[in-house]
Amino acid sequence: MTGDFPKEWQYRTPKTKLLIWAFWLCMVAGFVYCWQVMNEGTIWFFVQDAPKQAADIGGRMWPPKLSYVPELMRPLWDTLNMATLGTMLGVILAVPVAFLAARNTTPSAAILRPIALFIIVASRSINSLIWALLLVAILGPGILAGIIAIGFRSVGFVGKLLYEAIEETDVTQIEAIRATGASPSQVLNYAIVPQVLPAFWGITVFRWDINIRESAILGLVGAGGLGLKLQASLNVLAWPQVTTILLLILLTVVLSEWVSAKVRTALI
Amino acid sequence: MLNVEHLTKTYKTGDKALSDVSFTVEKGQVVGLIGPSGAGKSSLIRCVNRLVEPTSGAIKLNGTDLVGLGAGDLRRARRRIGMIFQEYALVERLTVMENVLSGRLGYVSFWQSFSRRYPGTDIERAYRLLDRVGLIDHADKRADALSGGQRQRVGIARALSQEPELLLVDEPTASLDPKTSRQIMRLLIEICQERDLPAIVNIHDVPLAQQFMQRIIGLRAGQVVFDGTPDQLTEDVLTTIYGAEDWTAMRQGAQEDAQAERDAAREMARLGA
Amino acid sequence: MSSYPTTWKRPPQIFTHRGWRIGLQIGVLVWFVLAIGSIDANWERIIAGAERGMRFVQGFLQPNFTSRWSDIYGGLIESLTMTFTSTIVGIAISIPIGIGAARNLAPAPVYYVCRGIIAVSRALQEVIVAIFFVAMFGFGPFAGFLTLSFATIGFIAKLLAEDIEDIDESQAEAIRATGASWWQLINYAVQPQVMPRLIGLSLYRFDINFRESAVIGIVGAGGIGATLNTAIDRYEYDSAGAILLIIIGIVLVAEYGSSYLRKFLQ
Repeated sequence: MTGDFPKEWQYRTPKTKLLIWAFWLCMVAGFVYCWQVMNEGTIWFFVQDAPKQAADIGGRMWPPKLSYVPELMRPLWDTLNMATLGTMLGVILAVPVAFLAARNTTPSAAILRPIALFIIVASRSINSLIWALLLVAILGPGILAGIIAIGFRSVGFVGKLLYEAIEETDVTQIEAIRATGASPSQVLNYAIVPQVLPAFWGITVFRWDINIRESAILGLVGAGGLGLKLQASLNVLAWPQVTTILLLILLTVVLSEWVSAKVRTALI
Repeated sequence: MLNVEHLTKTYKTGDKALSDVSFTVEKGQVVGLIGPSGAGKSSLIRCVNRLVEPTSGAIKLNGTDLVGLGAGDLRRARRRIGMIFQEYALVERLTVMENVLSGRLGYVSFWQSFSRRYPGTDIERAYRLLDRVGLIDHADKRADALSGGQRQRVGIARALSQEPELLLVDEPTASLDPKTSRQIMRLLIEICQERDLPAIVNIHDVPLAQQFMQRIIGLRAGQVVFDGTPDQLTEDVLTTIYGAEDWTAMRQGAQEDAQAERDAAREMARLGA
Repeated sequence: MSSYPTTWKRPPQIFTHRGWRIGLQIGVLVWFVLAIGSIDANWERIIAGAERGMRFVQGFLQPNFTSRWSDIYGGLIESLTMTFTSTIVGIAISIPIGIGAARNLAPAPVYYVCRGIIAVSRALQEVIVAIFFVAMFGFGPFAGFLTLSFATIGFIAKLLAEDIEDIDESQAEAIRATGASWWQLINYAVQPQVMPRLIGLSLYRFDINFRESAVIGIVGAGGIGATLNTAIDRYEYDSAGAILLIIIGIVLVAEYGSSYLRKFLQ
């Protein structure tokens, strides 16, 4: 046939090719640079030694000390309470914040909405362990600091997802209730709340599940629960106890994840 | 009685939805509002209860001008105007009863509505209305468990529980099949006659409008281009309202629908026989 | 004439059985009383702490960036480099594992091994992993880098595997029908479908890794967390406030930046 058609075909134009190369070059250069900066202080002897260390610790960790379990029941109870009460506190604080942050329910888009959004971002950026660190320094050790830490961290999470749910509500349902002559608080109660209620419970249970994981380690900084026992065992290098605690945490986490998944599917 | 005088609506984007619209609806009269999409039908009925703020003009319901009412007075005015929506606009996750009772929100205090403790007369009326629209057995069901036609009946009951002096109806049949559409239209007309209730009905289906309405107003690009009885709605008039091309297309569509319906009816009859 | 009822009660929606409902309510109440009772709050300590709390709030409102600036700067650089390298390494390892954990691409043994790796990575808290890596590799950012890479694997590989399982099968079928090899199938049918989301997830994970890098520093894995820990230990709340504000700022920038980038790439 005729040779009018080109025999070569290129997937990308030369310019995009160049850009993609430049992108990869930057990534590799950035990686190498970061790697060097990061490892300035690394003592490579320790790294070479790590497999031996790992084998050593692993050997000491097994078998777990099951006789330690009864002593862990009280801290487990504390951990569960910390997670649950903390979730409740977080949700109570998050609901008004979410309504202030949602574009369609905020009373003042110019002042209150940015404040609410800042509260959400601040709470989300700071991990509960950091909150716990601060609160233990302020309130002293104990589960109260843990509850408040969990609560403060949950505000941002619940607030963000809830305000997104509020913004996604169906406007015609709201319009219909407004058209009956309802006051703004009645519109909230009849048109918006029923629409976001399933999302609300889903988010709450989801956060509760995450909080169980987080509250298990808050004790590392003194906020009570299983983490406190973990810290104590690590300090005296009682590895079999460490294994026992980790297994218990794992079991609790798996159970809470199962419960949360069940509840969420039941809600939808 | 509703007087709309020189009503104009210009949106912030500069789109002129309505310009100098005037008409009067007498007690007990059902007026169909027809016109191509974008002609301003939806803006017009939303201006009446001020879900959309009119730019200028006056809307007088039994003497009171609704334009310029403050928030409290507006809520009192809105409870006198029942509204029925295209996609039913029920609160899906509430029960049918709560949806009907929500028509009373303008009359009860926040705490009464919050605790769902409505006065006995309101509850009695709600049951009566549900019975009227044929849904008394569904009172405790959740609204999202109902079919389209049933939901629209609940929407009608909600609007009537307001004891309105005017009904605004926005495309009541747009999401329904032809048979249910006719049932719903018939129900609406009957109810308006029983209560001597004026109504404005947005409707995109011209044959349906001709069949059920006493009077028809045609809108084109925000202006009233026709106001008369269904008999006066000639081909020429419809061409002015919809434009030549659209009208031909619509008429063909309607004929095909009618044909399909006749076929279906024949089929049913054959199967039944 | 009026035969209609004048009362109506909203039927219960979830627990329709009366006994269950009451039992549940009593149970919750009992738990709540017990749980509140188990808070062993030391009120004298809390009142004494109120003054410190005020100082922290003041420190947050009037942060002090200058007096510990070199520490903060060092910690920040460590955190950022740790985040960058661990995200890249984590993703590089996640991709083969994610493909291996997709039921529609991998044979059964590979599938179970990869799913196992993902499960282990997700079950272990970053902080706990960090404790072990610090014990093995010594203090400093290298342990943090390993922790974050490890955590990234569980996150990215799981979501990638789910994404691959959700691809449009007809496209894969069409490529298979041309006689393509397994590698060609990945390249032509799977990669184009999952790439946009993989990029989005990577950016999101970068954001998470930065936040986590602030936490694992507390247990000795370097970065801004270590600086923060020191500041709180020394009761220097104004420096702590500065560090927290920097973290919030960077998270904000990363979040907006990544959402912008995602939009730009799609």
